[in-house]
Amino acid sequence: MTEKVIEVEGLVKHYDDRVAVAGIDFGVSPGEIFGVLGPNGAGKTTTILMLLGLTEPSDGSVRVCGLDPARDAIGVKRRVGYLPDAVGFYEDLSGRQNMRYTARLNELDPVEAENRIDELLEEVGLTESADFLVGTYSRGMRQRLGIADILVKDPDVVILDEPTTAIDPEGVVEILALISRLAHADGRAVLISSHLLNQVQQVCDRVAIFVEGEIVAQGTPDELAASLSEGSSVYEFVVDATEAQVRAAVESGLPDLHEKIGVTSIGAGRWRVVLPERDISGVVRALVEAELSVRQIRDLGSNLDEIYRRYFREHEEVSA
Amino acid sequence: MDVARKEMTDHLLSGRFIALLFILGLVAVGTVYGAASGLRDAAQDATESGISVFLRLFTVNADPIPFSFMTFLGFLLPAVGIAYGFDSISGERSRGTLPRLVSQPIHRDDVINGKFVAGLAVIGVTLTVIIMIVSGVGILTLGVVPEVSDVFRLLTWLVASIVYVGVWLAMAMLASVAFRNAATSAIVAIGIWLALTIFGGLLFTLVAGVLSPVDTANQATELSNARAELAVSRLSPVTLYDESSTALLVPEVRTLGFVTMEQIDRAIVSELSFTQSVLLVWPQLVAMLAITVSLFAIAYVKFMRQEVRA
Repeated sequence: MTEKVIEVEGLVKHYDDRVAVAGIDFGVSPGEIFGVLGPNGAGKTTTILMLLGLTEPSDGSVRVCGLDPARDAIGVKRRVGYLPDAVGFYEDLSGRQNMRYTARLNELDPVEAENRIDELLEEVGLTESADFLVGTYSRGMRQRLGIADILVKDPDVVILDEPTTAIDPEGVVEILALISRLAHADGRAVLISSHLLNQVQQVCDRVAIFVEGEIVAQGTPDELAASLSEGSSVYEFVVDATEAQVRAAVESGLPDLHEKIGVTSIGAGRWRVVLPERDISGVVRALVEAELSVRQIRDLGSNLDEIYRRYFREHEEVSA
Repeated sequence: MDVARKEMTDHLLSGRFIALLFILGLVAVGTVYGAASGLRDAAQDATESGISVFLRLFTVNADPIPFSFMTFLGFLLPAVGIAYGFDSISGERSRGTLPRLVSQPIHRDDVINGKFVAGLAVIGVTLTVIIMIVSGVGILTLGVVPEVSDVFRLLTWLVASIVYVGVWLAMAMLASVAFRNAATSAIVAIGIWLALTIFGGLLFTLVAGVLSPVDTANQATELSNARAELAVSRLSPVTLYDESSTALLVPEVRTLGFVTMEQIDRAIVSELSFTQSVLLVWPQLVAMLAITVSLFAIAYVKFMRQEVRA
C-alpha cells in the first residue's frame, strides 16, 4: 500500500450553527481516482476548500502531501492543482496568456513554463485556439483549458470540482479520458467531486458517497454493489410493448414484491427495470407468457446511481 | 507581486485606461487653454506683487472654461478611483476566476494588495504625466518658469492627489468586496461620492445645526455653529483635498477655515513659504492617508474572512 497523499480524519466544518461537514474520514493514494459523490449542498466543495486551506476546519485533521493546509497553505497549493466548479478565465486574455499568469504565480521558470504550456495545450487539444481570447471559447474548451491550467505546476494531487457539469456528452468523454490519464498514466492522486454519478463512476477507482456532510458509504464501486447484494438489481429490458404492459408482466412475475418494482422508459422500447431480487426467471417467464417480444435483457448490476439513490433514500427515511 | 504586475498590464491595455487618459488629457488642454488666457492679466498683477505665476496655470480659470485644472481634478479623481476599484474583487468573483486565483501558491492578501497597488500605480503615473505635460506646455507657450518652491509645491500636491485617489480606490474596493454584484458596488460607490460632493454642504450644515444650534440674538453661537460645520465637513475627504489643494497651489493662502474681519484687516498679501504651506495642510494630508488606510484595512479584513466559493 502506497503512502496516502490526502488523509482526512474526523473532519468537521460548521458555519455558525449549520453543519456543512460532520466528521468524515478518507484517504487518497497516488495513481488513484477518488470520487466524492453526492447531491448539491452535501459538503463536497467545503471539504475541497479545507483540503486547499481556503477554509479552516472546525475540527479534525487534514494532511495533503504530508502538510497541514491550515498552517502551510502555500506549500499545499504549490503541489495541488484545483479546478473549481464553473471555472473562470480572464476573458480578455488568450488561453495561453491565462496559463502564463498561472505559471508566473507558481514562480516557474519562464522558458520552461512556455514549453510546458505548449505541451499541455497540445495534450488537451487546444493548440489551434491557444492564442484566441478565452471569451470566444466554448464551455468544453474552457474546461479543457482548466485542466491544462492546473497541470502547469505539475501537481502531485489534482482536485476537480464538478468537472463534467454542463458539458456536452462528447466533451464529457474527452474530459473523463483526460482525467483517467492524469491518475493512471501520470500517477497523480485525483479527487473528483460530482453529483452526476453515472458520468463519473466510470473512471473512479474508489468513491465516497456524501449525504448532508457525512460519508454514508465508501469503497470501490464493486464493493458498494456487493454490500447491497441483497438489495435491488437493475436491468435493461428491450421489449416492444407499452409501459403498462411491461409493468404488468414484470409484476405478475414477482407477485409478492410488486411494490418494490420500478419500471422507467429510457428510450424507444427500452426500459430500466429495478427488481428486488437477482433471480429474474419468474419475470422472464411472465414476459414470455404475456407474449411480448423480448429482444434483450441486460444486467446493469447495482450501478452507483442506484447505490446513491438508495443511500440517499435511506438517509431521508432515517432523518424523516 | 505578480498579481500587481498582471493587473497593471491589464489596466494599461484596457479601455478604461484609454478613457482615463482621454478625459484627463481633455481637462488638461481645456484648463491650460483657459488659464493661459486668464494668466496674461494675472501675470501683470503678479509680477507687481511678486507672487508666483507658474502655479496659476493650475488654479486660474477663464472663459470659456468654467473650472481650473485644480478644481476639475478635485471633481475627477474620485470618479477615477471608483472606476478602477468598483469591480476589482466582485469582477474576479463573477468571472469565476477568484477560486482559481487563490488556489495558486500565493497568499490570499496578495490579491487585494496587488489590485490596490496596481490601480494606484496606474492612476499615479497617468496623473504625473498629465501634470508634467501641463507644466511643460505652460513653460513653452507662456514662458513662465517655475521656481524651486513651485516645483516642491507641485510635487507635494501630486502626492496629495494620489493619496486622495487612494481614498476613493480603497472605498470602491471595499464596496466591491462587500457587494458581489459589480453594478451594486458601482452604484454604492458613486452614491457616496455624489453624497459627499453635491449634497455634502447641505449635510454638514444640518449636522452642525444639530450639534451647535444658532441663536440669532447671540453672535457667538453663529461663530461656534460655523466652527462646528467646518469641523464636520473636515470628516469628508472631499473637504480635506480641497483645502490641501488650495493651500499647496495658492501660496497666498495663509489659513484654512475662517478669519474674522479684524484678523485680516490691513494684512499684506504675500506668499507663505513652501514649508509653512505644508505645515498648514499637514493635518489634512495625514487625515486623508488615515482614511485611505482605514478603508483599505476594512476591505482587507472583510476579504480575508470571506468564503472563496462563488
